[in-house]
Amino acid sequence: METTKKHFFIDISVMLGRSMRHIIRSMDTIITVTITPIAMMLLFVYVFGGAIQTGADNYVNYLLPGILLMAIASGISYTAFRLFTDVQRGIFERFQTMPISRSALLWGHVLTSLVSNAISVVVIILVALLMGFRSSSGVLPWLAVAGILALFTLALTWVAAIAGLSAKTVDGASAFSYPLIFLPFISSAFVPTESMPTVVRVFAENQPVTSIVESIRALLSGQQAGNDIWIALAWCVGIMIVAYIFAMRIYKKRV
Amino acid sequence: MQTVQTAQAKSILVKGLQKSYKQLQVLKDVNFEVEKGSIFALLGSNGAGKTTVVKILTTLLKPDGGTAAINGFDVSSQPDHVRQRISLTGQFAAVDEVLTGRENLIMIAKLRYLQNPRQVADNMLTRFGLTDAADRRVSTYSGGMRRRLDIALSIIGNPQIIFLDEPTTGLDPEARIEVWKIVKELANGGTTVFLTTQYLEEAEQLADRIAILHEGRIIANGTLQELKLRFPAAKVEYVEKQPTLEEIFLAIIGKQEGK
Ligand SMILES: Nc1ncnc2c1ncn2[C@@H]1O[C@H](COP(=O)(O)OP(=O)(O)OP(=O)(O)O)[C@@H](O)[C@H]1O
Ligand SMILES: [Mg+2]
Repeated sequence: METTKKHFFIDISVMLGRSMRHIIRSMDTIITVTITPIAMMLLFVYVFGGAIQTGADNYVNYLLPGILLMAIASGISYTAFRLFTDVQRGIFERFQTMPISRSALLWGHVLTSLVSNAISVVVIILVALLMGFRSSSGVLPWLAVAGILALFTLALTWVAAIAGLSAKTVDGASAFSYPLIFLPFISSAFVPTESMPTVVRVFAENQPVTSIVESIRALLSGQQAGNDIWIALAWCVGIMIVAYIFAMRIYKKRV
Repeated sequence: MQTVQTAQAKSILVKGLQKSYKQLQVLKDVNFEVEKGSIFALLGSNGAGKTTVVKILTTLLKPDGGTAAINGFDVSSQPDHVRQRISLTGQFAAVDEVLTGRENLIMIAKLRYLQNPRQVADNMLTRFGLTDAADRRVSTYSGGMRRRLDIALSIIGNPQIIFLDEPTTGLDPEARIEVWKIVKELANGGTTVFLTTQYLEEAEQLADRIAILHEGRIIANGTLQELKLRFPAAKVEYVEKQPTLEEIFLAIIGKQEGK
């Protein structure tokens, strides 16, 4: 039992090392993932920003949380893509016939997704700083923000795993993320929900992105996140558990 | 007790194996055994079900009926024991294209929990003539180099039984002869080799025993000599040379279909 456990960690670290190499060798994916959210940020701040009334005096501060979620939503489509390619190529079968932990390959991809999305998030925050983003929050609120983003990444990564494992084509493996990328538009990420028509507003206020955006915004501006943070956590954990169960079920069926 | 004993003496023991994909019944009743340390070739035309047999034996696919045992361990109920003893070189090279050859080898050596993965990788690179290309990405390798790396990955950690699914398909004659050499060396070292092929010449060259899979059944199984004896006598009159396996193959299949 002890050695199985030790092997499990060896397996995962080998898998992580492998897919991190994939990421480092295709840095263009990080650029692709970050370029659209950064373009959005530029567009909203310098073109539409003047016309949008948010009540906040710094629109970059207002915008950043939603932009980060967009980046993560497009980042996880690469996780689906990488998983899909592994399954299509023989390498998946090679791993499956070796006496290694069954789920190590999947966990390797999940950890890699966390790391690569963290890189994207840092890149975008740096750009935001150049554009005038400021936060006076201390270490704890920042850690809380990191935690929420990590949880959000995990939740979407398991959704991506379902797509990557069950897709029949490359396009199918990544297409699922398009609606996710646009969810922030119908939320309080860019404009306050008060300005929206009733039906849209009801949707916007009750979808996961809004509560996550509101919590991060509050944490970064030194305010109390209040109820939002619990709603945000509930969404992330809920999506993660459901997606995890489905992904694992599909994964086991493949073997 | 006695059955267990004989079962353990065989590297591979397959009885009444069945497998269907939806309506398509690929394996109807497949039976054969493979002795330890021998080279066994499974011959069959496209779509005969060779890969399906390999996938079942390597725990990738569950059979619908019948049993298959590797060194006495059942593939369905004891897959972990089976995986400890086998290694698969699939029909399509299972290498990581983004990594270099060396990185591929080190990765597998680590997953086999070997003491010194770098050393193992170096030895393999030398043994398979890949030292010069060691630090190039595999995506730049030729088909033959890729296949050699693929086989090298499979024999890391000295598995007792190695499965090679059409190891030389798509290779030029030179690369093919090189793979044959590797396979012979493996068998000389005591490894049991199970290979599938469409090339009759390959089976003729390598195999101690040859089985022909056709329409879901093994329609012939034996040494090359035994198969030659099954060659229809009438035809011998027309050919002066020894019948090649190709002729035997076609003759046997023809007889089956004639029935
Ligand atoms: N996953 C699958 N779903 C449905 N049919 C399948 C599947 N895999 C294989 N088949 C079918 O089963 C039959 C046997 O396939 P298999 O790959 O075992 O043949 P093979 O002898 O390896 O052929 P080849 O020489 O082309 O590699 C073929 O008709 C194939 O189309
Ligand atoms: Mg095949």
